[in-house]
Amino acid sequence: MNKLNTSSSELDLDRPNIEDYLPSGSIQEPHGTLRLRDLLDISPTLTEAAGAIVDDSFTRCFKSNPPEPWNWNIYLFPLWCLGVVVRYGLLFPSRVLVLTIGWIIFLSCYFPVHFLLKGHDKLRKKLERGLVELICSFFVGSWTGVVKYHGPRPSIRPKQIFVANHTSMIDFIVLEQMTAFAVIMQKHPGWVGLLQSTILESLGCIWFNRSESKDREIVARKLREHVHGADNNPLLVFPEGTCVNNHYTVMFKKGAFELGCTVCPIAIKYNKIFVDAFWNSRKQSFTTHLLQLMTSWAVVCDVWYLEPQNLKPGETPIEFAERVRDIISVRAGLKKVPWDGYLKYSRPSPKHRERKQQSFAESVLRRLEER
Amino acid sequence: MGSASSMLTQYDIEEVQEHCNHLFTQQEIVSLYKRFCQLDRNAKGFISADEFLSVPEFAMNPLSQRLLKMVDGLNFKDFVAFLSAFSAKATVPQKIEIIFKVYDSDCNGKVTFNDLNEVLHDLTGSFMSEKQRKEVLSQLLHEAGYTKESSLLLHDFIKIMEHSGLKMEVEIPED
Repeated sequence: MNKLNTSSSELDLDRPNIEDYLPSGSIQEPHGTLRLRDLLDISPTLTEAAGAIVDDSFTRCFKSNPPEPWNWNIYLFPLWCLGVVVRYGLLFPSRVLVLTIGWIIFLSCYFPVHFLLKGHDKLRKKLERGLVELICSFFVGSWTGVVKYHGPRPSIRPKQIFVANHTSMIDFIVLEQMTAFAVIMQKHPGWVGLLQSTILESLGCIWFNRSESKDREIVARKLREHVHGADNNPLLVFPEGTCVNNHYTVMFKKGAFELGCTVCPIAIKYNKIFVDAFWNSRKQSFTTHLLQLMTSWAVVCDVWYLEPQNLKPGETPIEFAERVRDIISVRAGLKKVPWDGYLKYSRPSPKHRERKQQSFAESVLRRLEER
Repeated sequence: MGSASSMLTQYDIEEVQEHCNHLFTQQEIVSLYKRFCQLDRNAKGFISADEFLSVPEFAMNPLSQRLLKMVDGLNFKDFVAFLSAFSAKATVPQKIEIIFKVYDSDCNGKVTFNDLNEVLHDLTGSFMSEKQRKEVLSQLLHEAGYTKESSLLLHDFIKIMEHSGLKMEVEIPED
């Protein structure tokens, strides 16, 4: 395996060797004297390209896999129709009602607490935490969320950070109803953004912007400050950086793993029996996604709080991140792929192509010398 | 079948199978159609260059730009015909033919020294100098009985690569 002399740009140190994961069986070390046919034979490269066109592990991560339809025969179809009537006519309105009541209670308690208790920070924070947990419970109730939590509940201690796999923004709500985490999220437009800047701000949440590269240093600094603060809310990070379809995990970004604190992994697995909870942000807005959840029977999932991990001596942050990703993937039954989630928004770095080019060029030059 | 429908009829499958000389089974054509629809985001009936490049494994390939010229904008029938050279059932001359087409970017049936140099450039990037590339090519062409000025035709390619144990196959997943 040729190690490329990389300039140490952050983007490259962010991931281990992709070649270790990709099928490279077609590229064999050629033997024998270099002939014209060896240069003309571009079949290994073409095979890789055609293989990628036909099927690739990256696109598979973001494919929605809706549950199999069961309403396909004459007995089941009327039953399904009845179900639709119940879901849209009965469940949906009552859920909207429950959610509205929840919001009214929340807002009427939150603002007084926030402004009147300005001086008594400890009490104020405690109440705000309780209120956020309450509104999240209302949200989860509004989809009839059946969540089973396994393992010891997160405790509020300094120098620890929680990481979880990411399927939809509702991951945050499902986890938040149990513990008021401070989360690090992409800043969104619209009503979500409004919620982010008002309520979530008070929990100590940190915002980032994917499209700004300088942003990373600022965010890294904020992470460090938060984690070392004694009575900040425990910090929750989704190291994948994007929503994945709950069958795979993409590579974890190392940011959360190089802060010198304990990493507590959380694994989340949704049961697709009634609805697929994957938020395919290419296909639907968050509002549509929520409406889809609110008109289905239930959202069923399992949450496992796993054993806290520390950086082992001699382990790099990237290896640490991969080890934790392994722990989470095994627990939730997810397959690992070697891709950076941000490739959803941008093209791969030219370094990968250059690596292949270097390998080929060196092979040709070496065989030339051997003649 | 053309544009927006996401269901293939038996007639459609047979038409596509005919067009690719029966190099794919009907099941493979159905799987390829699912893949085609997955890549063609807004059901236009063809896959744009941008959509091909959104597959990182493809974008990383040194020959991606050359291949893009060949697959950009193809409808499903032609897409399958293009991929048929990679079927296990395709003959060696059929595989050599697609390799020839990758080299012959101006589609005039002749591969010149310049074409060979350009493909080698794609494969080696900045890790071989122009001088080294031209030297290697001249030397190897000369040994095979050609000159820098020769234009290679398809039957030259077949003659050169026929017995090299060419293996160029792609498996269509069942999924």
